[in-house]
Amino acid sequence: MSTTRQEPDLRGRKVLLHDMCLRDGMHAKREQIPVEQMVKVATALDEAGVPLIQVTHGAGLGGNSLQHGFALASNEAYLSAVAPKMKQAKVSVLLIPGLGTMRELQSAYDCGARAVTVATHCTEADTSPQHIAYARKLGMDTMGFLMMAHLNDPEGLARQGKLMEGYGAQTVYVTDSAGYMLPADVRARVAALRAVLKPETEIGFHGHHNLGMGIANSIAAIEEGASRIDGSVAGLGAGAGNTPLEAFLAVCDRMGMETGVDLFKLMDVAEDVIVPMMDHMVRVDRESLTLGYAGVYSTFLLHAKRAAARFGVSAREILVELGRRKMIGGQEDMIEDTAMSMAKERGLLKDVTTDIGRKTA
Amino acid sequence: MMKKIKCALIGSGNIGTDLIYKLQRSAVLEPVWMVGIDAASEGLARARDLGLKTTAEGVDGLLPHVQADGIQIAFDATSAYVHAENSRKLNALGVLMVDLTPAAIGPLCVPPVNLRAHAEQLAMNVNMISCAGQATIPIVHAVSRVQPVDYAEIVASLASKSIGPGTRANLDEFTYTTSDALVRVGGAKKGKALAIINPAEPPMIMRNTINCLTEGEPQQGRIVDSVLAMIEEVRKYVPGYELVNGPSFDGQRVSVFMKVAGLGDYLPTYAGNLDIMTAAACRTAEMFAEEILAGKIKLQATEAA
Repeated sequence: MSTTRQEPDLRGRKVLLHDMCLRDGMHAKREQIPVEQMVKVATALDEAGVPLIQVTHGAGLGGNSLQHGFALASNEAYLSAVAPKMKQAKVSVLLIPGLGTMRELQSAYDCGARAVTVATHCTEADTSPQHIAYARKLGMDTMGFLMMAHLNDPEGLARQGKLMEGYGAQTVYVTDSAGYMLPADVRARVAALRAVLKPETEIGFHGHHNLGMGIANSIAAIEEGASRIDGSVAGLGAGAGNTPLEAFLAVCDRMGMETGVDLFKLMDVAEDVIVPMMDHMVRVDRESLTLGYAGVYSTFLLHAKRAAARFGVSAREILVELGRRKMIGGQEDMIEDTAMSMAKERGLLKDVTTDIGRKTA
Repeated sequence: MMKKIKCALIGSGNIGTDLIYKLQRSAVLEPVWMVGIDAASEGLARARDLGLKTTAEGVDGLLPHVQADGIQIAFDATSAYVHAENSRKLNALGVLMVDLTPAAIGPLCVPPVNLRAHAEQLAMNVNMISCAGQATIPIVHAVSRVQPVDYAEIVASLASKSIGPGTRANLDEFTYTTSDALVRVGGAKKGKALAIINPAEPPMIMRNTINCLTEGEPQQGRIVDSVLAMIEEVRKYVPGYELVNGPSFDGQRVSVFMKVAGLGDYLPTYAGNLDIMTAAACRTAEMFAEEILAGKIKLQATEAA
């Protein structure tokens, strides 16, 4: 007989579920969720008992841009419509310094947002002090979010988390933006953070399902002390989506964890509300799997598909090249640039400068 | 030997240090003082090694020497928060201020777009906006001088190692000042600036993507000519300013993808953001210096504002 590994006992562990459908899910919808649909989804999530719901453009405050696409409505319009309808849920927003600003955070607060995820690349936490401090001054539930966490080692990530805690973050997230991490990677990073952060500072995990590891990784994070888990109902999010929240909740229930969320109601939201909204089935497919395999930012997926169609280079090749060039979240412009450079090398695109008989360099 | 205009540098970080090298090569400028706030700082030690006088007492440590040493131009590379006070004190002594912080209390200057106008109006404080502004506004202007631009949006990707603690801690000021300048200097009706700090090793060379939405269909041929001509203007003072892709046209969107390599004076060549800022500041000061040396303008002490 083989010996079986003893599962850690997580019974009675309190876990806060943070839904991403109306923020990360905006990426999967090319930012085209109408205000009324946002209200419908948020109301259903609130009714199911989800305590924290993120609502903004996929790239967060300041996200409306040529770089990240223009949503159907402003962040203010979405927040003002959703926040007053919430019976128990708190509404959170995303703020990426360099894109979003304190002015936009104030405006989001004025429209009813009461929690904020302040996100930086996993090595650049020191671009977030003014935003985290401002959020705390407003009295918001303030989360620091270390994106592309696979690109920093556990000790390095822990130092970055400690910086965010020092600025005032009450929760520090390990953020697997590329859906690249395996459970051991998650465990090591959460454990390193737990070792340096104050006991009252919470740890969160934000997964992407590109390798199908969203739930397993979230459980691994909880085993090492994480208490907030981001996911999205039916997985509506960038790449192959976020950790599918209803499936994760079922696992939590089976393991005896306490979330305060009603499983059957959440399953109904997934099936009756979210799935019919999808423009494409959000799942592990060739391109989203490439993201997870190559460690590329999940949001790049649809941009790469568009550039592929425009310049005649395959999306997978573009994504692999972006991974090789170590492009990070926010550098969506480099997708078009990379596709154009590849197309030129293959004679598929003429250089506008040589085309008219001139050179600049 | 031709007479040179004596300069003081305030702030001994990346920008101030890189400026020493640029000014020492100038035919009309001479760096004399470096002002810091930490006697043990590496920047002040390096400035001393390069032959500058130094003080760790901030601008107040410089003021008693302004007249004796004939300082006529100062470069401020501290932060938006202390710049106003620095500028007031030095302007009162007749020293022209070239502001490399995002304070933007003086007129905004992008050399190939509007430097001549500032020199003629004898502004006593000119602001250099930001590295991203210097790298992108010339292109926005190159489009807007052909036809109206409803919206300009730029993305600056910067190597993590090239961004000092001041910029990091005050990223919003960088965003506000650059966005504003896309309109005021670039000529767009609306502007938005995005900054990305990338930690890749080896460090990535500064990249800038400029997107303009034109009013009506873009006049492709004229825009290409205008952009290429503008790139040549910038290359006169930043030789590593290079077109990678574009101008490409998609409906009303005009996209230009630039790369900026530095000269490698202080930081390695990937830090084109440092060079484009210091080179623009140096060129701005040279224009004023040439006018002063030719007797065309005379700097006046200004009343404290």
